[in-house]
Amino acid sequence: MDDDQGLTAGRRPALRRRAAALLHRRPRLRLSLLLSAPLAWLVAGYLGALAAIFVTAFWTTDVFTGEVVRQFTLANFQTLVDEPVYRTVALRSLGVAAAVTVIDAVVGVPMALYMAKVAKPRHRPYLVIAILAPLWAAYLVKAYAWRVMLAEGGLVNEALKPFGLSGPGYGLTATVIVLAYLWLPYMILPVYTGLERLPDSLLDASGDLGARPLRTLRSVVLPLAFPALVAGSIFTFSLSLGDYITVKIVGGRRQLLGNVVYDNIGAANNLPFAAAVATIPVVVMLGYLAAARRTGALREL
Amino acid sequence: MPEAAVRIRDLRKTFGAVEAVAGVDLDIGDGEFFSMLGPSGSGKTTVLRLIAGFERPTAGTVELGGVDVTGLAPFDRDVNTVFQDYALFPHLDVLRNVEYGLKVRRVPRAARRERAVEALRSVRLDGLERRRPGELSGGQRQRVALARALVNEPRVLLLDEPLGALDLKLREEMQVELKSIQRRAGITFVFVTHDQEEALTLSDRVAVLDRGRVQQVGTPAEVYERPATGFVAGFVGTSNRVGDVCVRPEKLHVEIGDDLPGPPGGGRHALGTVAEVVYAGAVTRFVIDLDSGDRVVALQQNLRTSSTDVTRQRGARVRVGWEAAHEFRVPSDAVPASPAAPAS
Repeated sequence: MDDDQGLTAGRRPALRRRAAALLHRRPRLRLSLLLSAPLAWLVAGYLGALAAIFVTAFWTTDVFTGEVVRQFTLANFQTLVDEPVYRTVALRSLGVAAAVTVIDAVVGVPMALYMAKVAKPRHRPYLVIAILAPLWAAYLVKAYAWRVMLAEGGLVNEALKPFGLSGPGYGLTATVIVLAYLWLPYMILPVYTGLERLPDSLLDASGDLGARPLRTLRSVVLPLAFPALVAGSIFTFSLSLGDYITVKIVGGRRQLLGNVVYDNIGAANNLPFAAAVATIPVVVMLGYLAAARRTGALREL
Repeated sequence: MPEAAVRIRDLRKTFGAVEAVAGVDLDIGDGEFFSMLGPSGSGKTTVLRLIAGFERPTAGTVELGGVDVTGLAPFDRDVNTVFQDYALFPHLDVLRNVEYGLKVRRVPRAARRERAVEALRSVRLDGLERRRPGELSGGQRQRVALARALVNEPRVLLLDEPLGALDLKLREEMQVELKSIQRRAGITFVFVTHDQEEALTLSDRVAVLDRGRVQQVGTPAEVYERPATGFVAGFVGTSNRVGDVCVRPEKLHVEIGDDLPGPPGGGRHALGTVAEVVYAGAVTRFVIDLDSGDRVVALQQNLRTSSTDVTRQRGARVRVGWEAAHEFRVPSDAVPASPAAPAS
């Protein structure tokens, strides 16, 4: 047994060593071994799917059979431009995404500022967990919770009754509120990270030079946190732009782009048109990312 | 002393269970270059931050020019700070950094531009107005930080180890420059450092701090030649214990030879053996075991000797002499331990 062990123990390391030496001499081989699997996934899964959507958008369906006709046509995009309802839905979606982003920025920046600069350092991990915790709960549960709260006799209406007010009910406002709630952590976390990197001495220096806290916020904190804010807005904006579930649950009759896509895949069975609609948020986000890049926000992600 | 620029009374600051500042009293005169010297953890930076207003004291008062400012925020105090990491605003260019304080205090545009340019000229940075802090060297950033503080013409300028991040050559240049700027501007400087040589070189007076308390306040000569406590004697320079008195290393005179003649009249002397010799360019450092059992360090200028001469003298018998006037006594409980092997 001793002999046996001695043999294998002597041989295996030699083989391994030779393999390691080979990899050491051939950096390209090393790199391809490391990256080939993830790259395959990236190409097939991500880029392939995107390309499929894009190509499908230029096809059409047979009116009678409902089968996809693989023939190049701009008909889908023509419909998008010609039918005012789609323009309305697209603009409404942009408006909702923008509103959600603004609300998350207004709510998220003070919270991130508190976490990064006011709270004691040993409390910070718990605050981060508290911000993350809602992300661990199912999306549907949270959306339905809001549906219950916004219902006729729900919590929101009951709470506002003493003031002679009533809640927004189901509709666009409810959609904005719920989406802003859902995506808030995606705003807080990048801003928190950005602010945490901001040296305390900069805040001290600003006060030392005579600036009151609000002035420091405006002249030092916000300009330096802006790239992180833009980074967070990429999440809140893009996630809002593509959402259709919350809209279905609390949005009443108001539709967004996501619903148009969903309905065309399901009820209408018009996959090419759904793909054409789906290119709108993709193009909008490409434009958004290009603008964000100029602020240096992409380095904050 | 004329009216004190800074007056501190029984200042205390605790962080949790740690007492960083444990009852400090200081009077810093108008126009004085005043240093707070101490090891890390001595509370010197905390005292500075309490003067600036970045921290609220647990107890005690801070007065600036006779006015109690203990409860005031930093932006309401007539002091400015040069930070250890410079704390320049990375999104603003050099000129806007320097203008910041004036702009916040609503100085008209033309006037603040003129003053900022002038401040930059005084630290010899004219021509770099449009650079961002990230594009400057350490020494240049240090000057911008200085200009940004000085342009506000504060009553007191607080400097928190401002030269700590610079290399030796640049640090020595900036020391000379700091001193001349302080003289020209006539502003009170409160300078925090852990470098005893820097404190002795620059200051009119030095406060030596240890564990949150002031150990001694005095001119550099007083602190160096008449240390009040064992801690001061050990921290400001090296001190040798010979019998029941102490002597500084450079005050010891070393004579080498097996058959030494009797001592010259007037001085003190002791015999011993060279345990270690370190050649350090301008000087040689001898570590000598005296026959009495004390171990002393002696510094000798290399006036006539060369490295080959001195290193050969390990193990040689020597006579160590000094003047009675150079002896000093420190409380026996706190006398520093005999110096061990010399620092390289």
